[in-house]
Amino acid sequence: MTSVPVRALLVRGMLAGLGAGLLALAVAYLLGEPHVDAAIAFEAAHEHGHGGGTEPVSRAVQSTAGLATAVLVYGVALGGLAALAFCVALGRVGRFGPRATAALVAGGALLALYVVPFLKYPANPPSVGDPDTIDRRTALYFLMILLSVLLCVGAAVLGRLLVTRLGVWHTTVAAGAALLVAVGLAYAFLPPVDEVPDDFPADVLWRFRLAALAVQGALWAGFGLLFGELAERLLVPRAVRSRPATAP
Amino acid sequence: MASSALTPATPSITPVSLKEIAPWAVFVGLLLLALLYFVGAEQGATSLIAGENVHEWVHDGRHLLGFPCH
Repeated sequence: MTSVPVRALLVRGMLAGLGAGLLALAVAYLLGEPHVDAAIAFEAAHEHGHGGGTEPVSRAVQSTAGLATAVLVYGVALGGLAALAFCVALGRVGRFGPRATAALVAGGALLALYVVPFLKYPANPPSVGDPDTIDRRTALYFLMILLSVLLCVGAAVLGRLLVTRLGVWHTTVAAGAALLVAVGLAYAFLPPVDEVPDDFPADVLWRFRLAALAVQGALWAGFGLLFGELAERLLVPRAVRSRPATAP
Repeated sequence: MASSALTPATPSITPVSLKEIAPWAVFVGLLLLALLYFVGAEQGATSLIAGENVHEWVHDGRHLLGFPCH
């Protein structure tokens, strides 16, 4: 048996995460920052921010170098973790090659790590959120991510068990429906967080949240495509890769 | 020649054994989770480092990546 190098995939995952992070950074800076600024302007006008006074890091640094540090480290870390998930998924989720498996892992990560938690506890701009409830909000958000990952992995495992009996189509429908019900129950039982100030502009909130979703979309689309390409080159021999193009 | 068109482009892939993945998942996986913690939560609900410089530095990223922030 030819052993697939986990280390080589891990390194490629982190590199692809860095590349995808650059893409996500561009989206965050261009689409997200205007709404962060608008929210901070609202906060300043209402004087209930950090207590004012001297900020240890200026806005100019926060919106450039600070944002870049956060998004790139996030990209590299999740790229590595997604590469580990890819190692587990490869050859176990159906008859998919490395490129398609990478796309599936990226799509699954976007869903499990972001979209499912986001629909319950969406991203908030500055000035939305009471500093006194940060403990509770942090615990709930990470609990929601943990639940979401467990339920999504559970649905994938359920699919593997059902596929021999139901076939691919009906398995996908059944596992998808089970996931939807389980996630719905989690949404229903977890407490709501609603700390939007009464007069906060609804349009800024909506656009900020769309931008936050776009950042994740860019990150995972970039990661899936980049990592898929790198993994394909690593795992599929050149002769096999070029065969379809040269065959008559 | 015609048969080559029917040959799948990728031969069936042997799964990577879980035993081979485990040490990487534990050591590198934990390290990467720690990185995520510093970007997403340090000096919010919990603080390993005193002050609020980490929080302030990654402030915009924290909001735009969906983490709860002050």
